[in-house]
Amino acid sequence: MLSCKDVTKLVSESMDRSLPLGKRIGMRLHLLICKFCARYERQLLLIRETARRLAATVEAPGEPLGETLSVEARERIRESIRNP
Amino acid sequence: MAKSATLDPSTWVDRYGDYLFRYAMLRLRDRSAAEDMVQETFLAALKGRGTYSGDASEATWLVGILKHKIADHYRRQFREAPLEGGDLGDHPDAGHFDGTGHWTNGPAEWGGNPADLYRQGEFLDRFRTCLSGLSPKHADAFTLREIEGLGTAEICKVLCVSETNLWVILHRARALLRRCLETSWFGATAGKGS
Repeated sequence: MLSCKDVTKLVSESMDRSLPLGKRIGMRLHLLICKFCARYERQLLLIRETARRLAATVEAPGEPLGETLSVEARERIRESIRNP
Repeated sequence: MAKSATLDPSTWVDRYGDYLFRYAMLRLRDRSAAEDMVQETFLAALKGRGTYSGDASEATWLVGILKHKIADHYRRQFREAPLEGGDLGDHPDAGHFDGTGHWTNGPAEWGGNPADLYRQGEFLDRFRTCLSGLSPKHADAFTLREIEGLGTAEICKVLCVSETNLWVILHRARALLRRCLETSWFGATAGKGS
């Protein structure tokens, strides 16, 4: 039988590759009966969604996410383009 | 020549500087490294102006260059500091399992509607703080996989690690992130297990 510790590892691994059938079935059965591991899986999926959301937010042009080049860096870069 | 005339380097910093900087910051988590990347990107773009075909927008073309610069940065970082035992060590939640590997202190209910959560700027900020708190290797692997959305085979090439090691690194990174979010964001509700 798979332990919770094994299952947390498999949950992560299943996000990176398709698990061999036996492992996949073992993991799914465990997730059906183990509330904590099922919660763990939901949270890892939420983390994945959040990372994607983050990329989409930052990459939307004109989206202000607080960070801008410092005045000095901006000047330095501008100068380096002028005189490469 | 007519095509490269559509590029206007004198406006680059004002038009794309902050955008490229944010893009680099999310992936490098370091101000000065991100600033250097933006500068290197513009300089490389200036040099390679002739290769701009005009098929992509100026912004897309510049981000493409920046992506290469960032990949080089990752490669360098991993080459200079190869994996150590600690990077693949014990389960990050080890203290929360009993001797047979079952939860003694299981994940807390985070509550609320997850779909709302990642629309909140404050939650995204906390997420980035937690990500910055990981070791560079864990943070880089996670970033390439989940933020950049690369496949594992490609990440293995960039980071020069085996696929098996990458799975372990990603497992650790996710577990550490989860725990960090649980304590820093959901701290108030932690412990109310059921």
